Order: sequence, then structure tokens, then C-alpha cells
Amino acid sequence: MADININTVNKYFGDVHVIKDVSLDIKSQSFTVLVGPSGCGKSTMLRMIAGLEDINSGTISIDGQVVNDLPPKQRNIAMVFQSYALYPHMTVFDNMAFGLKLEKRSKDEINERVNEAARILQIEDYLQRKPKQLSGGQRQRVAIGRAITRKPKVFLFDEPLSNLDAALRVQMRVELAKLHNELEATMIYVTHDQTEAMTLADDIVVLDTGIVSQKGSPLELYDRPNNMFVGGFIGSPKMNFISSKILSKSSDATEVDIMGMSKISVSKMSASSSEGDSVTLGIRPEHLIVNGDADGSWESKVFVVEKLGDVTYLYLEKDGEPLVAETEGHSEIKVGDTVKVGFPAGRCQLFDSSGQAFK
Amino acid sequence: MNKVYDKIFKYSLQIIVIIFCVFPFYYSVMTSLEGSSAVFEPNFFPTEINPKNYNYLLFEHNFPQTILNSLFVATVTVSISITISYFAAWSLSRVNFKGRSMFLFVILAISMFPQIAVLTGMYQLFLNFKDFYFNIFDLRVKGVTSLLWLCFTYTMFNIPFTVWVLTTFMKGVPKEIEEAAIVDGASSFLILRKIFLPIMTPAIFTTAIMAMIAVWNEFLFALTFTATNSDRTITVGIALINGTIEYEVPWGSIMAASVIVTVPLVIITLLLQGRIMSGLTAGSIKG
Repeated sequence: MADININTVNKYFGDVHVIKDVSLDIKSQSFTVLVGPSGCGKSTMLRMIAGLEDINSGTISIDGQVVNDLPPKQRNIAMVFQSYALYPHMTVFDNMAFGLKLEKRSKDEINERVNEAARILQIEDYLQRKPKQLSGGQRQRVAIGRAITRKPKVFLFDEPLSNLDAALRVQMRVELAKLHNELEATMIYVTHDQTEAMTLADDIVVLDTGIVSQKGSPLELYDRPNNMFVGGFIGSPKMNFISSKILSKSSDATEVDIMGMSKISVSKMSASSSEGDSVTLGIRPEHLIVNGDADGSWESKVFVVEKLGDVTYLYLEKDGEPLVAETEGHSEIKVGDTVKVGFPAGRCQLFDSSGQAFK
Repeated sequence: MNKVYDKIFKYSLQIIVIIFCVFPFYYSVMTSLEGSSAVFEPNFFPTEINPKNYNYLLFEHNFPQTILNSLFVATVTVSISITISYFAAWSLSRVNFKGRSMFLFVILAISMFPQIAVLTGMYQLFLNFKDFYFNIFDLRVKGVTSLLWLCFTYTMFNIPFTVWVLTTFMKGVPKEIEEAAIVDGASSFLILRKIFLPIMTPAIFTTAIMAMIAVWNEFLFALTFTATNSDRTITVGIALINGTIEYEVPWGSIMAASVIVTVPLVIITLLLQGRIMSGLTAGSIKG
């Protein structure tokens, strides 16, 4: 059991305010992923939980105990670094046993725990090797093993997979998910890769310039983003954003225009909006219907076709910016063709001029 | 054909550089092996092998004493300055305090100070130190006074250099390794002992050798602060080797002495060259 409560935490680096009044509750044994673009403060958040970075105000508590002034070793955490940070002069075994030796565990217990971790991570054959004799993936396993042996309540991962190649990353991602089920520990994971976030997380926390933009389950964030930032950040390719105007409002729907070509009535409301306001219509490429009927539609020329096998992405011209639509893998559509894209009203998001979503 | 010319060019350049660097040493080895008259014959290969210069230096002269003196001064100086600068390097590269970069620049500035500028002041201090020392200790061990004073001044002049070099090396050790150790529960002192020390060993060796060479070759202070033959260091010892008559320069003995003092340095460097700068943190982080 290790709930983590973060309460109105602020952090300054000199004059730069990097974490602004962040409050977060992280449930025990959950897998929480902090995502956001570079410089959004996600790594700083993690380091503050670890105790490697002081906080300027607010409280962080782990398991009900305020840990603001506790050094990392008393917080019952383990951290896996992006760069592995193995001790280069020690063997894999010693790397994993280092923390246990410092805790003055008995030799038998150290052996048992290291071997157990090595078994879980399938690195039993390398225990006597030095880090420099290992490949990137093996090194990352050792780094994770070093965390596992200490049986912490909380695991902190700082972009652990970003130095691995694509295939290995997918494999390690699956193993991390397995590991989480096996260890039943609270895990906090920082990444800028939204695929990792979507696949691993129980809860995703999207950070934007030091503020929690939205927290929720992966599908919640995907289906109902709170604002344009989350809408654009989650999902690949990005959500399309189309400038639009409110044509009329009714009690349960807002009618907007689609680039002057057609109208669509979206059953989302915002109390503060009124007729004539400019809004942004957001729709994901996979929800656009190519050459089919929908609640509203729009026509344009295709200027790039990306065939990925399972799907094809069409890039359409929209006021100089591309609008991406997804269609089936074996599409006959060629560059220069004119296609009609349909907008299903149920899949459309509306954002007001400050980027907040209509509910 | 171009490749052949390239090769010829490369190798001939290398040969020129090697000759330029090694020939003086070769000539001194050769001269040291020649008898008194043969020394004055210009030649490229020794006409005779005669150990008389070495015999003279090692068994009839107080040269072994000067070697011991130098070894003593070098060992004491290097161990003290490396120990101090190891800790200094840690705080200068890892601990955030106000005026850290200022402090580093002051250190760099000090290491540029010419010895001669402080020589007179140092001599005055030396006299006071001698008085102080004589008052405390028995006069019978006074021979050590100069050597201790040399250790002190050399340490003073060495520390800025060793601190600067070790700080640079320590800055190169990824911060994550230290943080991983902190998370593992290691204290700062333990990190310095168990993590940084092994990682920094090659860097420490490199720095120690450079400091050692500097001490070994130092002449000005050694000449100023030593008064008797029994506490000379090698550089002064060589300079003061004199011939049988006033106008004779005993080249053979001087060259033999140079060879004797150079060989240990060459051996040390060759022995340790594998350790010098061999990948500081290979395998620790990505790549």
C-alpha cells in the first residue's frame, strides 16, 4: 500500500517557475504515466517524488507520511534512469546488490533477492559481467533489476525506454506491463512517448508547462480531452483542428460550420459561448469518413498519400495546413484526387478560444 | 599510387617527429655509457660500453641520496595534493554553492602564478619555518626541514592544477550514477569512496603522474630552499655535479644522472598508460 499525495506543489529553478500548484493523487498499486512535451516539468515531478529535487512549497506524501524533508533512501522508492546509470566498475550482480548491501542485508538474502530479480528479468546469465559487456536492452534490464531487488513501495521510471531501438522498446514495454502485474507496486512512469503512455497506464497525467492539463484513464483522455493541448497530445497522427464559428445554439447542441462548406450540430455545450464566437473543431484522423456520408462533410484535393499497409493517411489542404484523414490500407486514392470527408457529429470536439473543451 | 604516397608521407612525418623527440634522449644514453674522452667524439653509435659513469654516481657520489629525497618529496606532495583535490573536485563539480565558478577561476588564476614572483616571500617564510621547526624538534633531524618545506610549497603549487584537472574529470561523470547511488541509500562519503573512486581511478592516475613529473622536474624552489648536499633533490643534484677540475664539465656523469632520473618516469608512464584515460565510464550509460 503506497498512495502518493501531491498537494499544491511548486518548484522554481532560479526565476523559472517549472511546477505550478500541482496537486495529484496517485492510487496505491496503480501505474501512472506522466506525459508532456519536453520542458513541461514531468521529469522534475518525478525527481521531486524521488527526493532528488527539493520542493519550494506544498507537500508530497507517500503512504500518508509527508516526505518533503526525507532523503531518497527513507522514502521507500526506487528509480530507473533514462541513461541506465549503472555503476560501471561493478558486475551486474554487484550493481543489483549495492542497495541491499547498504541496507546491511545478510548475504543469503542478497543472493536470493538478486537471483529472483535476475530470473524475472531473464538476466541470470550475465550476473558476472560488467555493464560495458552488455547491450542496451540488457543494461536497461539491469537498471530495472537494481530497482526490483530493493522491493520498494514505489517505482519511478524516468523515460526508461527512450534509449532503446524501436523493436526492443515494444518488447520492454510489454515486460514492464507484466512486471507491474507481478510486483503489485505503485509505479510512476515519465515519458514523452504517447504510445507508451496509452499502453501502460492505468492513469495518464498530461503536464503542460508545469500544470496538470488533465488526469484520467487513457481512453478518457482520448475520447474526452479537457482542452486542445490534451486533444493534440494524445493520439497519433494528431487530432485535426479546424477554425470554425458557432452558427446557432440550442439547449443540448451547438451548431458550427465546417470551413464554409457545410454545417454540423455537435451535442456539446459551453455556457460561456454565444452565437458568432469562433471555436475550434477537433476531430481525429481515424474518425473522418473518407468518401462517405456523415453529419457534415467537406471536399478537398489530396496532396500526400501515406500508405502504411493497414491504413492509409491522406493529407488534405486546409488553409495551407494539412488535414489528415485515415482510410483503409488498400485505398485507390491518388495524389491530386478530390475526396469528400465526412464528419460524424458524435466524434467531434469543440474548443473555445482559450482552448477549453465544450462538455 | 596515391595511397602509396600517402603512406610514405605519413610514415616519414612520424619518423621525423620520433627522431626529433627521441634522439636527444638516445644521445644522452649513449654519452652516459662512454668514457671521458669518447664523450667528445661526435658519433651516432657508442664506440664503447663503459659503466664507469654509473658506478661513480651510484657508489661514489651522494646521488642515490638525491633520488631518495626526490622520491620522498614527490610521494608526499602527490599524495597530499591528490587527496585534497579529490574532495575539492567533488564539491566543485557536484555541490552547488554561491561563487563556485568564481572559485574555479581563482584556482585557475593561481595556477598561472609564476614561481619566481613568490620566491623572495617564500624564502622569508622558509626562514621562519626553519626557526619554528628547530625550536620544536631536535637539531639532529634538521636535514628534513628543507624537504618538508619543499613538500609544502610543491603541494601549494600543485593543488590548483590537480583540483582543476580532477574537477574537469569529475564533471564528466554522469550525474545519474551519483543519483542512482543516492536513491540506493549511499551517503556522500560512501559515494566518493565506492562509486567515484573506482570510476575516477584512471583520471587520478593521469593527474598524479602529471603532478609527479612536475615535482620531479622542479628546479627553482629546490635550488633555493636546499643548502646542503644531503637534502638536494635530483634536479639540483644533477646541476651541481662537478668535474675533477674546475673547468671540466663532466658530461658523462651528467648524462648518466639524467638517464637514471628519466627512466623511472618512462617506466611509470608505460606501466600505467593502459589505465590512463581508459574509458572512464564505459558501459555505465547509454551507447
